[in-house]
Amino acid sequence: MLLQINDVNKQYTNNKVTNTVLDHVSVSVKEGEFISILGPSGCGKSTLLSMVAGLVKPTSGTIMLDGQPIQKPGKDRGMVFQQSALFPWLNVEENVMFPFKKEMNKQEALQKAKHYLQMVQLSNYGKHYPHELSGGMQQRVAIARAFTMDPKVLLMDEPFGALDEQTRTRMHGELERIWLDTKKTVLFVTHSISESIKLSERIIVMGTRPGRIIADIPVTLPRPRRFDAPETIQLEKQINHLLKEEIDKVVKEELSYAENR
Amino acid sequence: MQRIGKQLVFFVGLVIAWELIVRAGGWTPDVMPKPTDVWEAMKRGFSDRTLVYDLQASFTRLFIGLVISLALGTALGILLAKSKTADDTLGALILALQSVPSIVWLPLAIMWFGLNEKAVIFIVVLGGTLVMTINMRMGIKNVPPLYIRAAETMGSKGIDQFIRVILPASVPYAVTGMRLAWAFAWRALMAAEILSTGPGLGYTLKYASDFGDMSLVIAVMILIGVIGSIVDLLLFQRVERNVMKRWGLETN
Repeated sequence: MLLQINDVNKQYTNNKVTNTVLDHVSVSVKEGEFISILGPSGCGKSTLLSMVAGLVKPTSGTIMLDGQPIQKPGKDRGMVFQQSALFPWLNVEENVMFPFKKEMNKQEALQKAKHYLQMVQLSNYGKHYPHELSGGMQQRVAIARAFTMDPKVLLMDEPFGALDEQTRTRMHGELERIWLDTKKTVLFVTHSISESIKLSERIIVMGTRPGRIIADIPVTLPRPRRFDAPETIQLEKQINHLLKEEIDKVVKEELSYAENR
Repeated sequence: MQRIGKQLVFFVGLVIAWELIVRAGGWTPDVMPKPTDVWEAMKRGFSDRTLVYDLQASFTRLFIGLVISLALGTALGILLAKSKTADDTLGALILALQSVPSIVWLPLAIMWFGLNEKAVIFIVVLGGTLVMTINMRMGIKNVPPLYIRAAETMGSKGIDQFIRVILPASVPYAVTGMRLAWAFAWRALMAAEILSTGPGLGYTLKYASDFGDMSLVIAVMILIGVIGSIVDLLLFQRVERNVMKRWGLETN
């Protein structure tokens, strides 16, 4: 196992009210897997990803990467956020080279940056500044930047959530191609069922209140996956059914809360 | 272009109206000079090189004072942003001092440094430092948390993160701080020069006033205003606009 999330809990205490965000979550990730973490908002899927990144600490439980417990952020995990998080004062090349400091000379770093910019098909934009790029292009630069660190696992937190529909569809194709080429291990957080079916080998469905895993579904459909294939529609229905119960539960809870006031 | 055209018409109209009103009113130049009198005074000032020396002297003081206040303000701003204790104590003092016009320090400055350059520069430094400090502090406090999270996932922390992420991310605020520091320092300089010693634009204004030369007074006032707006428009606003655009803060 490359990544082992063992019985992780996360609680926040606010005004003496303890809120359980994640409840006994365990996931095992094999090298080269593309796993989607799918769930409604508030199910703690982003918190889980931040924990793997080392940005948030679990209340209890452990996360092991390659046999080592995760304590803090590190270059063995690359992260792509919903906003590109590129640094506006650096041009595209400099952004992609950001993770390198002294471990290699500038020429080598530039070579690497160019390689990964080519991978995301932005070779001609190395000297541009982030504000000159579209949202989709910025996200591709962010992906290239995460790849230059050659991380053991790539963490993506709704990376296409802020893009328009057409751009998002193009980015799905792009990411699928990159993944097939590199076989990088990917943890992909999303709330879109179709996005998770399109991209992943495995879908981990999460429920809310408290955040926990309610299903772990392998996806074996041949690639490229068509959204209108009967198997795709069948799978989408199945996941929709799982999530519907969760959303109904939240609605019921909110209603009873409103009645008791 | 249309904007410049409107401005040209406005200012030419203003000068003509001024000339006509003073002529119609029949005031003498020692009460209310006409634009033509002011123009003569300006020409005289430049040809006998008084105003040239004044400009040199004023700009030297301003430059020294501004450099000191930008360096001091940046350092203090970083300190206040990084240390809660410093922010609660020194920060409160700086906010209080900000509401005291720096010129009121002149009597003390003269006691400490004498009636000379140093006293004037002290007033300029006071005028610029506080506003630079406040802006620098805001810049560092307002670095988007996303940048810091992203930097952390790329293995950048501590002093490396401060130099490569937090400082550059605070540049837009620092530029605004510089622009305001210049404006405050320029005003402080003029006030200090009027009340202290020459050469300098403020000193010449006071000198002209003592001799009842209102044409020269207005000429100096116009010089102060023109220089102030030229530096602001051509230097600071331009830099600020470029930075805002690059940093993606401009909405258009």
